[in-house]
Amino acid sequence: MYFSDKTRKASLRLTEEWEKDVQTSLKDNPEQKTRFSTVSDMEIKRLYTPEDIHDINFENDVGVPGKFPYLRGNQATGYRGRYWTFRMFSGMGSAQDTNRRWHMLLREGQTGLSTAFDFPTLMGYDSDSPKALGEVGKCGVAIDTLEDFLALVEGIPLDEVTTSMTINPPATVLWAMYCAAAQIKGVPLAKIGGTIQNDMLKEFIAQKTFMCPPEPSVKLISDTVEFGAEHVPRWNTISISGYHIREAGSTAVQELAFTLRDGIEYVEDIIRRKKLPVDDFAARLSFFFNSHIDFFEEICKMRAARRMWAKIMRNRFGAKNPRSLWLRFHTQTAGCSLTAQQPYNNVVRTTIEALAAVLGGTQSLHTNSLDEVLCLPSEHAVEIALRTQQILAEETGVANTIDPLAGSYFIESLTNKMEEKAWEYIEKIDAMGGMVAAIEKGFPQMEIADAAYKFQHQLEAGEKIMVGVNKYVTDNQHTIPLVEIEERIGEEQIKRLKDIRRKRDSRAVKKSLDDIRNACKKGDNVMPYCIEAVRNLATLQEICDVYREVYGEYKDPGLF
Amino acid sequence: MPERKIRVMVAKPGLDGHDRGARVLARCFRDAGFEVVYTGCHQTPEQIASAAIQEDVDLVGLSCLSGAHRALFPKVVQLLREKGASDITVIGGGIIPEQDFPMLYEAGIKAIFTPGASLDSIVEWIKTNIKPH
Repeated sequence: MYFSDKTRKASLRLTEEWEKDVQTSLKDNPEQKTRFSTVSDMEIKRLYTPEDIHDINFENDVGVPGKFPYLRGNQATGYRGRYWTFRMFSGMGSAQDTNRRWHMLLREGQTGLSTAFDFPTLMGYDSDSPKALGEVGKCGVAIDTLEDFLALVEGIPLDEVTTSMTINPPATVLWAMYCAAAQIKGVPLAKIGGTIQNDMLKEFIAQKTFMCPPEPSVKLISDTVEFGAEHVPRWNTISISGYHIREAGSTAVQELAFTLRDGIEYVEDIIRRKKLPVDDFAARLSFFFNSHIDFFEEICKMRAARRMWAKIMRNRFGAKNPRSLWLRFHTQTAGCSLTAQQPYNNVVRTTIEALAAVLGGTQSLHTNSLDEVLCLPSEHAVEIALRTQQILAEETGVANTIDPLAGSYFIESLTNKMEEKAWEYIEKIDAMGGMVAAIEKGFPQMEIADAAYKFQHQLEAGEKIMVGVNKYVTDNQHTIPLVEIEERIGEEQIKRLKDIRRKRDSRAVKKSLDDIRNACKKGDNVMPYCIEAVRNLATLQEICDVYREVYGEYKDPGLF
Repeated sequence: MPERKIRVMVAKPGLDGHDRGARVLARCFRDAGFEVVYTGCHQTPEQIASAAIQEDVDLVGLSCLSGAHRALFPKVVQLLREKGASDITVIGGGIIPEQDFPMLYEAGIKAIFTPGASLDSIVEWIKTNIKPH
């Protein structure tokens, strides 16, 4: 950024004087640590000055909101036009239980829905599969057929509220259910809006919810992108996610780099299929980041992500439409930063992380509940978490001006440094032949494992602190009420499923599964066949078994 | 004859993919001088019990963060007993509410480690309680 010669000279002179003061001060009062670093272990200097940012080109590197490189935001009016979407991730027990929670959240001022599915649903198994033992309804809502799905969205205006679904391997099936539910309720597909997470690469890298190998997994994702571009134009068909990469223990830079490189891989695949030019789908790609506890590092990561994606889309893929260059993202505060010890402290952590997400310019936010480290959130805990966002938006004034930290010596310098380090990773993965190839080599997985192991050692050595875990530990027990999902929920779900299997038209089910099988074998888009199949009450697992049969199953290589 | 090293299997039963803790522990056990087998995610209790016997381990450490531990942990112990391998010790960890401890101990889980347990304390427990067979 431009500083006049006079300013730079003054800055250099004053900095030199300050350095001397520091040396004097250090003799009597050594600093608390020999090395200061972020939670990701990126070293932070004692002071940042104009010298750290004077070679930034304001026009090309910073600019204004709504203009390339979008460092300062996609929208010309920032949050003054519209706050971020208050979108609490929720799902528990049966479809009816979750529907009740959704209505409660909407009543309390939530502005978008977000669905957590249980593990059997996430992995493409029905509730009565032996693999589902003990898991039904535990970590989210159990969905086996369209009937469950209709109960889930009962009373929800699908043309007004947008819904995000954290669903990955069986995304085609759950999205087909959403489309079918809209058709049954008489809402045109062109009017529904929402997001399917549908990002398989980060599953292989971090979250480990997988079904088929990477290549066919990417094929199914590209099917949804093409189907969406033609029939469901308001839908974000991929949410390219760094959240889980971070939760698995990555650094902020790894989260940034691996997420954007995953995005590149998806864009390349869709372009390779030659059905959609880049500007016909790029605007429907969305992102999802973690907001961890290291305040400034997170803000810089989000700002860098926006600028990097704009460069990638423009320079690497030749996108012309400004919306293709936008990195629009959802944020969730960091589950892994919360502590089971002294759980009320989690409200404070979540507040700070939510503030970082807002200052980083998120479009949508989930704030973790204080009890989420132990169980699914209670109604009271989730209300506090939602109110945290509302207080930030309505009371604190942080949304009054756009990108308020821009121009800070430290913020701009750290944003640049994170971008630089992330490009190094992206180049390395390019050289390996792309992300699928890198995953097959175990590269991102091992980078993350190294970072997680290092952090754990720093924690145990007291170099990193978690209050209540390795410092300020107390015997005072402040226990909180825990939500428990009763076993009867699984039993009732299995009974419902068996009833549906008895009453449906089995011939129609078989035919629609055959159609999906043929589409998979021929390489056709599976989406229209999935919608037909779920309307005929084919179960989630029946469809996923077809995928497993045609494409094979992916097994965790168990790297550590 | 050199002393046989303690052989440990870290296992992830169920469908839950939260493997950060399991993988950190697997490395930590290796650094502590144990021989380590890690199963990867998504193992059924049957797969875990068979693998434990096949790999001839002294200890199985189960990790579960999904809430399915009540069903899955006891099943692993039961299967090991049925297969005549009750000499293999089973311990568990993850998001496990204290109220579930009694039923898990009763089912034969020998120790439970929850968030905040240090790596050292787990290694120490193993060194004290496990003699390689």
